[in-house]
Amino acid sequence: MKLRTPISPHIHIRTTVTTVMLRVVAALIPGIVVYAWLFGAGVVINILFAIAVALTCEALMLKARGRPLRPFMSDGSAVVTAVLLAVALPPLSPWWLTLIGIAFAIVVAKHLFGGLGHNPFNPAMVAYVMLLISFPREMVLWAPPTALAEPPLDLMETLRAIFLGHYPGALSIDALSMATPLDQVKTQLGLEQSVAQTLAASPAFGILAGRGWEWINLAFLAGGVWLLRKRIIGWQIPVAMLGALAAMATIFYVIDPEHYASPLFHLLSGAAILGAFFIATDPVTAATTPRGRLIFGAGIGILTYVIRTWGGYPDGVAFAVLLMNMAAPTIDYYTQPRVYGRK
Amino acid sequence: MALSGSAGQESGPGVNAKLWRFHGGVHPPQHKAESTGAPVRRARLPKRLVLPLHQHIGEAAEPVVVKGEQVLKGQMIARANGYVSAAVHAPTSGVVLDIGDYPVAHPSGLSASCIVIESDGEERWVERTPVEDYTAINPSHMRNMIREAGIVGLGGAGFPSFIKLNPGPGKVVDTLILNGIECEPYITCDDMLMRERPQDIIAGIHILRHALQAKECVIAIEDNKPDAYRIMSEAVASEEKIRVALCPTIYPQGSEKQLVQVLTGKEVPSNGLPIHVGVVLHNVGTAYAVHRAIHLNEPLISRYVTITGDAMGQTCNLEVLFGTPIIDLLDECAADMARLDRLIVGGPMMGFAMHTVNAPVVKTTNCVLATTTQAMPAAQTAMPCIRCGACMDVCPVNLLPQQLYWHSHAKEFERAQEYSLFDCIECGCCAYVCPSNIPLVQYYRYAKAEIWAQEREKDRADLARRRHEFRIERMEREKAERAARLQKKKADVAAGGTKQKGDDKDSKKNAIQAAVERARVKKEAVTNEADPSSEVEDSDKKLD
Repeated sequence: MKLRTPISPHIHIRTTVTTVMLRVVAALIPGIVVYAWLFGAGVVINILFAIAVALTCEALMLKARGRPLRPFMSDGSAVVTAVLLAVALPPLSPWWLTLIGIAFAIVVAKHLFGGLGHNPFNPAMVAYVMLLISFPREMVLWAPPTALAEPPLDLMETLRAIFLGHYPGALSIDALSMATPLDQVKTQLGLEQSVAQTLAASPAFGILAGRGWEWINLAFLAGGVWLLRKRIIGWQIPVAMLGALAAMATIFYVIDPEHYASPLFHLLSGAAILGAFFIATDPVTAATTPRGRLIFGAGIGILTYVIRTWGGYPDGVAFAVLLMNMAAPTIDYYTQPRVYGRK
Repeated sequence: MALSGSAGQESGPGVNAKLWRFHGGVHPPQHKAESTGAPVRRARLPKRLVLPLHQHIGEAAEPVVVKGEQVLKGQMIARANGYVSAAVHAPTSGVVLDIGDYPVAHPSGLSASCIVIESDGEERWVERTPVEDYTAINPSHMRNMIREAGIVGLGGAGFPSFIKLNPGPGKVVDTLILNGIECEPYITCDDMLMRERPQDIIAGIHILRHALQAKECVIAIEDNKPDAYRIMSEAVASEEKIRVALCPTIYPQGSEKQLVQVLTGKEVPSNGLPIHVGVVLHNVGTAYAVHRAIHLNEPLISRYVTITGDAMGQTCNLEVLFGTPIIDLLDECAADMARLDRLIVGGPMMGFAMHTVNAPVVKTTNCVLATTTQAMPAAQTAMPCIRCGACMDVCPVNLLPQQLYWHSHAKEFERAQEYSLFDCIECGCCAYVCPSNIPLVQYYRYAKAEIWAQEREKDRADLARRRHEFRIERMEREKAERAARLQKKKADVAAGGTKQKGDDKDSKKNAIQAAVERARVKKEAVTNEADPSSEVEDSDKKLD
């Protein structure tokens, strides 16, 4: 009789890395559904294509690095990266844009830095920034919400647009796209228009923020709250990030509402909600101590506002996340909690 | 703090006392009901008993019997060796078969020195002198009696109890905590003891309080033991300054420092002891053993042991004589030896898996947990840490287990110490919740062991360096002195030439004169002696 002699504890809860990752994906679904409902099938096609590319790259890299395929392919981390990057890309992005982005995220940002658990930067955001810098034109060609498009593309037209670059009729991608609300506010402010004038003049704006975007963001918020309740993420990062963003927006909005958008507009536009609950909370790259998470989240919120308002890009979540990723180890070191029995 | 369960409605003393919370903690499945169905009975008398000399924290005991000697039940067979040590007694009457190395219940799986007794089946006791009135004995003598009885903490650590009954000069014990928490899953021996022997435990508490001069006593019981709570509450109803605290079940509440926090709101300082905040803790089983040692004059020779696990045919609690081989218990409780996969001594959170079924039950064996792969499947492959912080959320010491892991893994031991590695109590909460299935406790033990080894190495190196430096210094000093002497000689030679010999004689003469002078001075005035002697010493040196 051979007795096994593992070290204590001898029991374990059921949660695994796969559980954690799949719950994150599940929490993204409501937002994706609303997104696809408003922007068409391109959203879903992008995501599925991105997942396929991500898993392929993951398998190739695991093989190249001599890591076992089974545990790492089933951990779900590549899927999370794929979905997060795909929802950040314009819905009618050409296939090669997605391919380059995902390959860069998995191969460079993740595996070249040591793979799961070792990458200092959020892979999806590294890839997003790389695409934004390398392909600025493609990255801002957002199709309008289907309600504003005339006529909306059907499934086959969408597939042709993404994979063949063929657009219905004599239209080009430029004709099909329009600026995002954040983009529009930024451009119009540059043209000496007030925020209120911009919002009133364009059909791209809805009740709370950008038309459609407000509902997508509320759906992502619902998913994020569910993750909080399931204790997959802590409350510190989302609360600190959104709180800091809202605080910054409130200060400037109170001072000068003509030239600064409202806090609500900032919270429900761009990647603020997605970033707060799904991107900044990536445990591998975020600060890990409770107080550190508050500082980390607040830093992202402040930087996002700064970049949106005074920077060169309409949204700043990706840059803000990467900048704070850099600061995370230092933040952790200086925010150790007080240990039992120590002063 | 909400008190859940029917026990919360009991109107025993202590229900309304304020309780605090410690950080973190986990709620593993309890598995307590399996072993509390039947009353505790005595395990069968084994043919051979194997008694390790080291069943406690501290120095191993020293045998006082020889091979072939007849021993009586309760007779001391090994005496405490030094202050932190505990005596061992014969659990039954018989013959000493051997004194030598046998397999013991230790994580290393190594053997250790044991005394083997073959029982004669007669259970003949040594002569006992029970104490009628414990208050007539002074605390110091009382501690010595407890020491002679070989009593160690029965909660699991096995620290000699008499030491914890000596708070030291100037220390006041505000609270004596009787630990009946038993927070590890599966284990129920304290539960059963409290249900079956409440009066004996109270009698033991009286003795402990007398020895400690403690102001008040709290018996702490988790709310997953409503029967024990009710019985103990009834037992203390007429007692003064003894109350029962019902604590919401959470692991590791039974850990000393955590329990002090729950009951008093105070934190035991890092590297400190509960006595530093006016608290002393003893296990309820220890109180019971103390009662038997004083009132019946029976040394510690047996204990309640929980026999449980899904590989066990019969799950129960047994009163087991120390030295009883675990295989005997497996036999008696019809363990399924074919499916037995893991044999754990202690609980599933902190107990250790044994290499052999032949090791004996010792003073610290509170539970024998025999499981199959069904109840405790092999751990899944460990994945990389994703720094999710689940470990941090459950750490009862408020450490950052993810950082400790990171630095231990990278062998950055100094960094690990900056993150308070040595405050880790190895309770296993972090590893229990880790989604990456990392055996975290193993890394911390490894890091601690490496640091200890490095410190020992450093101490040795320091000593060697100091010796070396001292030697170099001495050699240089001697060299300088030699050179100075040589110089002086040369100078003398140059200056004196032929006169040198005469000078030498003169100086000798002077020295003798000085000695004579000194003796005379001493004779004349005994008090005045410092100056001439030092002068003479100087001239003596020059003569060498």
